[in-house]
Amino acid sequence: MEHAVHLRDAVTLLGRFPALAGVDLDVARGEVVLLRGPNGAGKTTLLRLCAGLAPVSSGVAEVLGVDLVAHRAGVRRRVGLLGHATFLYEDLSVVENVDFWARAAGAEVADGRRALDRLAVATRLHDLPVHALSAGQRRRVSFAAMLARRPELWLLDEPHAGLDANGRDIVDDLVREAASVGATVLFASHELDRAGDVADRTVDVIGGTVVTHDDGHLSPDEVASRA
Amino acid sequence: MHEALLVMKKDLRLEWRSKVGIGQVLPFSLLVVLLFAFALDPERGVLERVTSGLFWVVVLFSSVLTIERAFSVEANDGIFDALRLSGMAPAAIYAGKVAALTVQLLAIEAVLAVAVAVFYDTTFRGPVLTIGVAVIATLGIAGAGAVYGAIAAKLRSGSTLLPLLLLPLLAPVLICATRGFEVALGREAGPGWPWAALLGIFSAVYLTLGALLFRPLLEDA
Repeated sequence: MEHAVHLRDAVTLLGRFPALAGVDLDVARGEVVLLRGPNGAGKTTLLRLCAGLAPVSSGVAEVLGVDLVAHRAGVRRRVGLLGHATFLYEDLSVVENVDFWARAAGAEVADGRRALDRLAVATRLHDLPVHALSAGQRRRVSFAAMLARRPELWLLDEPHAGLDANGRDIVDDLVREAASVGATVLFASHELDRAGDVADRTVDVIGGTVVTHDDGHLSPDEVASRA
Repeated sequence: MHEALLVMKKDLRLEWRSKVGIGQVLPFSLLVVLLFAFALDPERGVLERVTSGLFWVVVLFSSVLTIERAFSVEANDGIFDALRLSGMAPAAIYAGKVAALTVQLLAIEAVLAVAVAVFYDTTFRGPVLTIGVAVIATLGIAGAGAVYGAIAAKLRSGSTLLPLLLLPLLAPVLICATRGFEVALGREAGPGWPWAALLGIFSAVYLTLGALLFRPLLEDA
């Protein structure tokens, strides 16, 4: 079985601080995995490592078949990261931002427009500069910019944060749809009731390591066989 | 090429939307030109002798402001991360940033040239040499500025550190461009193109090193 994410004793040092202190994790293609843990546990760093942004100081780290130790930049165009930052230019309009990031990642402008529609970003907001948007609207635009890339691996850091009920439902639907067409989703959330319903499996991250695998849902092998 | 154009258009659009260049950098530059006109009384001929140098000093000040602005927007809201995730070649991002900076700085220089002609009673007698020197020098400024702008954007006190890093590096550009302009203004006899050629060497070195250094700079951002 080929894993979307395969980590063995993966360590990430930020300066001298071991943000990840030997993580073992396998995520099957098409699987939806929830990362659960307290603040500062290393969830965000784990997502950034999988995106090819955080360095692998030691251990084995392969994402989508790319060895992150040797060539972490190689995986970046194939993943989508929704982080705490919006990744949006404040002075550009909604459409200009989404178009730019879609084209920068090799996608079409039409992909960006479809993503905006999918996130239910109202047409009347399309030409507004991002600095004029509310936090929830920015979150939707940021998600649309990620969606337009059509990533194979979705890395979502608190994807429900700042969204209204409708926005949260849209995010859940998008995650399920992504998994149904073979994309893999790894996401961190403190909204465990909602996130647990979406996830196939929950992984606990504490103190920079993966502590338990809660197999209350599907195992990676089961997800792979389901696909 | 496609990626560099994309970045250049985005940067120029950002400037058009924010109006920082037109609304802040350009008025500042014109103010400095005007202040020098009052400070150095034209009747004593001092202004005439130092016009070229003053012009390029003002261009360097304007460049620092423009470069700082061009990279501070990339440091906001995780955009350096997004640029890395985009998969665009760092050299293409660098080329796009340099191209956008060059366009903005040349526009400022064009307005400054008119201001110098009016306030300093100056005539540009060699228009081809003037434009040639301006374009080559501006490429050098933008090439070095894009590297140091990226470095400064990562630092907490980057905006104040940028001139300290950048101005010494651009001293050769200032000297060559000033001498080239003196010939173009008819203040110095002899050919001006050797100065343009020397400028070209400096600019080529800055641009080559910049394209090579931008990848590790972006990775470390």
